[in-house]
Amino acid sequence: MSQPAVHTEHFDATASKIGMWLFIFTELLLFGGLFIVYSVIRFSHQAAFHLAAEELDLVMGATNTGLLLLSSMTIAMSVSAIQFGHKRFTLFLICFTILIGLVFLVNKYFEWSLKIEHGLYPGSATLHGLGNGDTLFFGLYFFMTGLHALHIIAGVSILGWVLVRVARDQVHATHFVHLENGALYWHLVDVIWIFLFPLFYLIS
Amino acid sequence: MSHPENNHIVPYRTYVVILLTLLSLTALSILVTSFELGPIAVSAALLFATIKTTLVFTYFMHLKYDQRIYAIMVSVVLLVFIIVIVITFLDYSFR
Repeated sequence: MSQPAVHTEHFDATASKIGMWLFIFTELLLFGGLFIVYSVIRFSHQAAFHLAAEELDLVMGATNTGLLLLSSMTIAMSVSAIQFGHKRFTLFLICFTILIGLVFLVNKYFEWSLKIEHGLYPGSATLHGLGNGDTLFFGLYFFMTGLHALHIIAGVSILGWVLVRVARDQVHATHFVHLENGALYWHLVDVIWIFLFPLFYLIS
Repeated sequence: MSHPENNHIVPYRTYVVILLTLLSLTALSILVTSFELGPIAVSAALLFATIKTTLVFTYFMHLKYDQRIYAIMVSVVLLVFIIVIVITFLDYSFR
């Protein structure tokens, strides 16, 4: 009777995380399907894919890869930081991750602008002249990197929401599954790019 | 693994080591594909990407430290995906 009342909030961190993983699986299969489409088309248009890939800026692609890997580390660190009780450091790490996500998008903007300036965009006259292989390559390039960019925007929004919750102490050292799930989503975005980078920039 | 909550706090140092490994692997994959090796370069690039993904899943996404159930779920999904890829390629090879 004299025992302190146990706070029985109806909350299950494991279930929450399993839900996040299930969602991540649907994302993996979405991009997985696109990778299969890429492989099959590449198989039938090898020479065109080889040449088209040389159009892409390797330095830009590599920079964005480095940036995303770094941001993946900072958001992973934030999950440790919140458990250590370092609130300010947690906030800094989340802000830093969001900032890198935005820099990634700016790079993407310049990269796409340059391609479009050169007449390389779906349905352009230049691509028509280059043939089916190039049309398919750039179609896939814009669709897959575009879909990935949408995921970056979603990831930045989720992390923004988590940032507010951490700032308001709704996410703290003993209740941090929202930060963990946000971080899981960000890692997913990173993993997708880990495959997009070699497929479009390296294999030329 | 009787704790329902994730009690293992990963030290910052682990993450730095993993990041450096990931960056080195990226540099290596760029180096390998810079030689004109043809199909080998494709396999090498994808192999590096797979190793990097494994590291992200294991350390950044905590599969190594979390309850076993997450790792089992991920393995099942990846297995299904690999089966789909194998079937697709068998289909294309024997047409």
